[in-house]
Amino acid sequence: MKVAIVKYNSGNSCSVSFALERIGVSAFITSDIHEIQTADKVIFPGVGEASSAMNFLRENKLDKMIVDLKQPVLGICLGMQLMCESSEEGNSKCLGIFNQKVLKFSGDNKVPQIGWNNISNLNSALFKNIDEMEYMYFVHGYYAEKSVNTIANTSYGLEYSSALQKDNFYGVQFHPEKSGMKGQQILKNFIEL
Amino acid sequence: MLTKRIIPCLDIKDGRTVKGVNFENIKDAGDPIELAIEYSNQGADELVFLDISATNEKRKTLSELVNRIAKNINIPFTVGGGINSVDDVYEILNSGADKISVNTSAFKNPSLINDLSKRYGTQCVVVAIDTKFENNDWYVYLNGGRVKTDKKTIEWAKEIVDLGAGEILLTSMNNDGTKSGFANDITRMISENVNVPIIASGGAGTMEHFRDVFTVGKADAALAASVFHYKEIEIPILKKYLNAQKINIRL
Repeated sequence: MKVAIVKYNSGNSCSVSFALERIGVSAFITSDIHEIQTADKVIFPGVGEASSAMNFLRENKLDKMIVDLKQPVLGICLGMQLMCESSEEGNSKCLGIFNQKVLKFSGDNKVPQIGWNNISNLNSALFKNIDEMEYMYFVHGYYAEKSVNTIANTSYGLEYSSALQKDNFYGVQFHPEKSGMKGQQILKNFIEL
Repeated sequence: MLTKRIIPCLDIKDGRTVKGVNFENIKDAGDPIELAIEYSNQGADELVFLDISATNEKRKTLSELVNRIAKNINIPFTVGGGINSVDDVYEILNSGADKISVNTSAFKNPSLINDLSKRYGTQCVVVAIDTKFENNDWYVYLNGGRVKTDKKTIEWAKEIVDLGAGEILLTSMNNDGTKSGFANDITRMISENVNVPIIASGGAGTMEHFRDVFTVGKADAALAASVFHYKEIEIPILKKYLNAQKINIRL
């Protein structure tokens, strides 16, 4: 099993790599297009700002490469948001794998949302052995709207997509690598897809 | 629903956990990794590691320690103490920390907050404020509480949020070490006047104090050190208590 973690300017790649090590999976962190294309599983992490991340992906021709991948791909946090159509953060056009827009939280809630929140309406093999309303760790100021691709919901002032799936592409807004044993289970489920 | 967070804080000196009262009579309290794993298993929502090493040279061991922590625990953690530049932060985040915390350096050079939030995102920039009530108002203190400033805490809190702070760690020096409860008034005032999460710190002595800082103080998270280190309060019991008090908590 070859697991590639996409290295770019906005990664928390080392935290994801450590989490995989804890479940006995040794991953390699790389921005080499051939290495990513030939991996069995690809993880697209992210902590940072959308427009600068998209610029980096375009400059390094990683944008088109990601869209064309055929193996299971898991976007985490900013990685998931970059897989959507567009983001209000820096008014960025994104990869367009998922159809919805990424919008800024507004209203009375504090932004960013930081902490543990529930996931519900779980509808994917990614959530095998995960209970409805399980807690996951979130840190984000922007959210993905709900759509036909939504496989989990979370509420923070409004209900939004906390996970998405389309064909071989998966995305989670929360950080499974930081969400205790249950987050670890989700990473394990992805590796076993 | 988003839950309130319980955050144990570990003081680190030269790569070891230390315990002391008001930075005096500091004693070695073992390997930070072991304590971190224990807290994580007990249900801590996050951890804060505060490096109180005296010299920059000794801080070099910090990034190695951060790396070991990140390898061993699966909950988020913040690292603070002696961070002066964007480059200091790169090393710490790249070693696996989720957030960094700045205090005196940000007060002396506020553009640091802006630079950090632009480079790494607001979500990983925690600004710590040490505050003291005197002459009928709350003022900002620096250098671990040794240096007074003329800046009112509420003003500084608003400024740092405008500069890109993603979270505020507010420690009341009047309450710290007293075990008589958190400073609910200033915590609430800051929480209602800025739109980022507030971590309240200083004064935890009983489980009721945690309840009050969430209900009266409107804090988003509560941080404590000694009550957890000395097992005066056990995290699972605290969380069950808070849940019974109708506070939204992750059990």
